[in-house]
Amino acid sequence: MDQCELQNRISEVQFVCIELNLYLDTHPDDQAARSDYYTYSRLLDELVTEYETEYGPLLGFGHSPADVGCWVCSEWPWERK
Amino acid sequence: MWIYQKKLEFPINITNPDLKVAKALMAQYGGPDSELGAGMRYLTQRFSMPDDRIRATLNDIGTEEIAHWEMIGTMIHQTMENASLSDLEAAGLLGYYTMHGKAVYPADPNGVPFTASYIQATGDPLADIAEDMAAEGAAWISATFEAFLL
Repeated sequence: MDQCELQNRISEVQFVCIELNLYLDTHPDDQAARSDYYTYSRLLDELVTEYETEYGPLLGFGHSPADVGCWVCSEWPWERK
Repeated sequence: MWIYQKKLEFPINITNPDLKVAKALMAQYGGPDSELGAGMRYLTQRFSMPDDRIRATLNDIGTEEIAHWEMIGTMIHQTMENASLSDLEAAGLLGYYTMHGKAVYPADPNGVPFTASYIQATGDPLADIAEDMAAEGAAWISATFEAFLL
């Protein structure tokens, strides 16, 4: 996947995680949703690791240990492509 | 604490800027029922919320609202970035430009700056939730969406 495709894939999986997280906030005992949340969280983690290994850090403050890319030089998300 | 992720919740790349839309979006960026207002409301009320599930919801939707606020700000920025002075004037944004240039300032479409008096935290869970529902309702029925259709 190129950078843009991988970013979009991360956004898709992250969206699933956000919605499941919000659902679980009010339904913490729903086992099916917890299982889905776990599955998608692991997938998100894999995609983010793949992205960061190839294109550099997505997260600040020490949460992206990959030694590639450049936090300061990579484009900011509000910049037009 | 919060960790910044260097991406938007949903990617935005506006190729056909529309300043009327930018002006309408200011309601969602700096108005009373903006994403900023929602985020501040939830993240403020959570401290005194006694119920586990509601506390978690306030924390997490408050966090998501800040990500929405970033997307609205991105849309306003990308729309205004290359606009000419005459385009800004035609869209009724000359006053905005005089005060803020092309910065993305939290004010509503009439230039009224965001203020904490738009939100409330009473310490009473039912009063706070009623306030949240009213603000969400106002955001949905707001003319922001109607203005897009003009």
